[in-house]
Amino acid sequence: MSGESWQVMTLFGFFIALLFVCGLYCILVTRNLIRAIIGLELLIKAVTLLLIVTGYVSGKPALTQAFVITVIVIEVVLAVVAGGIALRIFRYSGNLDARELNKLKG
Amino acid sequence: MKINLILLILMLIAALWTVMGRSLLKATISLAITSTIITILMFRLDSPLAAVFELSVCTGLITVIFVSTISLTKPLTHKEITELSKNRMKRFWYLPVIVAVVGAGLILMKIKNDVTTMSGEWSLLHDVKSILWNFRQLDMFGQIVVLIIGALGVSILFEERRRDEW
Repeated sequence: MSGESWQVMTLFGFFIALLFVCGLYCILVTRNLIRAIIGLELLIKAVTLLLIVTGYVSGKPALTQAFVITVIVIEVVLAVVAGGIALRIFRYSGNLDARELNKLKG
Repeated sequence: MKINLILLILMLIAALWTVMGRSLLKATISLAITSTIITILMFRLDSPLAAVFELSVCTGLITVIFVSTISLTKPLTHKEITELSKNRMKRFWYLPVIVAVVGAGLILMKIKNDVTTMSGEWSLLHDVKSILWNFRQLDMFGQIVVLIIGALGVSILFEERRRDEW
């Protein structure tokens, strides 16, 4: 890999790793279901940006854009369905606390 | 490169605000800001189509979904907010420390530049449209199925709500 490409890859890779850590920490620590979905969104954003950087560095941005479009479609459906489930849990238990899910049967 | 660095730092600050902010609505807005900065970075990395998708879907649609979901839940009382914020800070103040430690670890690692890029038929493709329709038809089919599943899932959830209201 050329020097300039490697410089771009390391710079972006560094910040992408930190963004991934933020999302992972959010999912692990929070008890609010909506915030957990927000953490998941951060994780997906890190992966999306990594794909774009890989495409730029390897000189094939068109190929990675096709993958990113697929990822974004799945991301939005995930947000919609997860938000709906969180809302349903709120109606069932009266709050958005993930610990309440332990009381469910099954 | 300097502009990229500034944008990446802003992106990280917005992400930290998303995770550590007290209000869910503010967290959603900062998530939208993160998305917008990622969009600018995508434009700068020669990926305009993905950037437009990111801006319209992730910054626009997902923010609307989150705001709608938050507005449909019950707001907390002042007393509950005070109690929650006390416990929250105990759990979340570790995040900047962890980010700093991971960052320092990555700087100290010094990864070697021995990565090779793939070659072959993919290198001939420069058009997103031709890739999607000629080489990734299965992805397109999968996207359509996922969209239908999402639409059906949401309609079922709202159907249940109407039945409850009767």
